[in-house]
Amino acid sequence: MSRILLLGPAREAAGVRDDHIEGATVGEVLRGAVDRYGSTFEEVLKVSKIWVNGEPSSREQAVGPQDEVAVLPPVSGG
Amino acid sequence: MDAKGNVDWVEVAETPLEADLLEQWATRPECGAIVTFCGTTRRSSSTGHDVTELEYETSVELAEGRMREVIAVARERWPDIVAVAIHHRIGRVLLGQPAVVIVVSSPHRREAFEAAQYCIDTVKKGVPMWKREVWPTGSAWSQEAHDIVSVHDA
Repeated sequence: MSRILLLGPAREAAGVRDDHIEGATVGEVLRGAVDRYGSTFEEVLKVSKIWVNGEPSSREQAVGPQDEVAVLPPVSGG
Repeated sequence: MDAKGNVDWVEVAETPLEADLLEQWATRPECGAIVTFCGTTRRSSSTGHDVTELEYETSVELAEGRMREVIAVARERWPDIVAVAIHHRIGRVLLGQPAVVIVVSSPHRREAFEAAQYCIDTVKKGVPMWKREVWPTGSAWSQEAHDIVSVHDA
């Protein structure tokens, strides 16, 4: 069970900003997120970058209860 | 403050930004240059609406962490810069108000200009931040968005 943080358009598509989802890897957590939030979220996820604990991550990276998986759609600050 | 007396100040908050306060903070007797960049919200719309406000959203922890990385890289590239502040506002910001302020002080102007330019360019490309365009009857995410990049690649 990892914490997932959904930001900007990902937050809007999922309907929540943070949640807890089962999964031994980043990829498994994200598959669980798609199952939970549906196709609109899946579309946003396709164009998003993934960070774990504030650092860019691969889908294969192992995660546990202390880890935070963040979904970052394309950014537009400044 | 590091061993050379250099200081950083990053902040992401809903409070209005005050550039003059940051300039006073960055003023040092050894510095002959203070460069300030103010990014203000403007009427231009990526969604074709008559935008009246912009609304910024982020994770404060992730955004401030990335801003500290931006300053660390700026210090590697321009070792003479002294005080560096990056403040970004979140929540709703009326048109014409600052959404981001960057202040860099240094002994001479060239490195202050170059470091400030690097900081704003990298904040826009490398800090997690999302902008929503707000008009009287609705709102939508800005279409002027791009993949977040490393602070070294911006």
